[in-house]
Amino acid sequence: MNVISRGFHGRRRDEGDRLPPGQYLVEDFPVLSAGPTPRVPLDRWEFAIDTEAGVTHRWSWPEFQALPQETPTVDIHCVTEWSKLDTSWEGVSLDVLFEDVDTDASYALVYSYGGYTTNLPLEDLLDGKAWIAHRFDGEELEPRHGGPARLIVPHLYFWKSAKWVRGIRLLDDDHPGFWETAGYHNYGDPWREQRYEGD
Amino acid sequence: MPRLTWQAAELVTSTPETGTARTLRLRVPGWRGHLAGQHVDVRLTAEDGYSTRRSYSLAGPADGEFLDLTVESVPDGEVSPYLTEIMRPGDQVEIRGPVGGWFVWRPGGDRPVLLVAGGSGIVPLMAMVRARRQAGSDTPFRLVYSVRGPDNVYYADELRRPDPGLDVSYLYTRSVPEGVSRPAGRVTQADLAEAGRPAALAPDCYVCGPTGFVETAADLLLALGHAPERIRTERFGPSGG
Repeated sequence: MNVISRGFHGRRRDEGDRLPPGQYLVEDFPVLSAGPTPRVPLDRWEFAIDTEAGVTHRWSWPEFQALPQETPTVDIHCVTEWSKLDTSWEGVSLDVLFEDVDTDASYALVYSYGGYTTNLPLEDLLDGKAWIAHRFDGEELEPRHGGPARLIVPHLYFWKSAKWVRGIRLLDDDHPGFWETAGYHNYGDPWREQRYEGD
Repeated sequence: MPRLTWQAAELVTSTPETGTARTLRLRVPGWRGHLAGQHVDVRLTAEDGYSTRRSYSLAGPADGEFLDLTVESVPDGEVSPYLTEIMRPGDQVEIRGPVGGWFVWRPGGDRPVLLVAGGSGIVPLMAMVRARRQAGSDTPFRLVYSVRGPDNVYYADELRRPDPGLDVSYLYTRSVPEGVSRPAGRVTQADLAEAGRPAALAPDCYVCGPTGFVETAADLLLALGHAPERIRTERFGPSGG
């Protein structure tokens, strides 16, 4: 039973069943990050997948752009309690990037330009669940929102969708990332409200 | 770590900081304490069971079971107008936290500190200023506070009082008080070069404010030679209400 806040009425909105527990809707796109925004020139940009066997697969920006592109429209949920519905992105499915990757790893550690990291089980990146996106709402992805390219894993809290993504390291053992070692939940399922360590 | 649970919190006092912001002192029996810079989730529940929540920064170090939040009333917001205008001493909300292990300052570090605040972004930085004073720390602190005008300064009296080792400078963006020579305007590289600390001292930099301010200030600090890993940021989006 919650404590009642006397005189609080609030604003109910009808968002059907698309809003996870404890979230509220926003129309704008708040920015949250832990440090300065890295600027990554496209001629130096690369994306890499490093396997547990020490094999590295790399894509330059032109190679990445030449891959089949998808345009997912997804709902995103930030651990700071805002959700934004029907966001439209353009990018490359992780299934495409993993086509020629030979791995038995169970875990992925995503790393970014600027030093950010986040971890998740590899299976959460595959089967149409994740993309490396470089356009948002029909425009090039702005640096403050993670451009040139960011990971999009909409079924987990948005801190897992690493901005300025640089690569994915495949690991046999789980290796907690930046927020996962700073009090946040290791997995981060918004529908089970896994916000903080211990949730 | 044990699971963070919701705790009942009762409003003790509500003190105006500016025309639109108030500091709420809440009593939370059993509060386990927190670090300067951390925030809490606040949950409000209406009589019919509807509930919503927001994150707010803590404005000071832990004081037993009392904690302070400074809340800016967002026009058309769902939560902040309730907290600042309707809530009365004795009324309750629920609190969950503390949250955040990155944008924090711990007394005892030997690095000088540069705090850069934009508007209501002063709140977690003030918690650091107060934690430093409470701990009797002699870590040199410098606060650069960008604010619309003198009427928009939070904690004005407290920041005016001498606090050895703390230097405070104001950057007015719209209306400049008499006797201040810098014209009104947004933060520039010269401002941070002059009022900030030389990058050679490798201070720990904490930047908090609205997104645009934080982007600009963090970029300026980089341009002045501060290392990206020494710059911690926290942004208050226009959302939050």
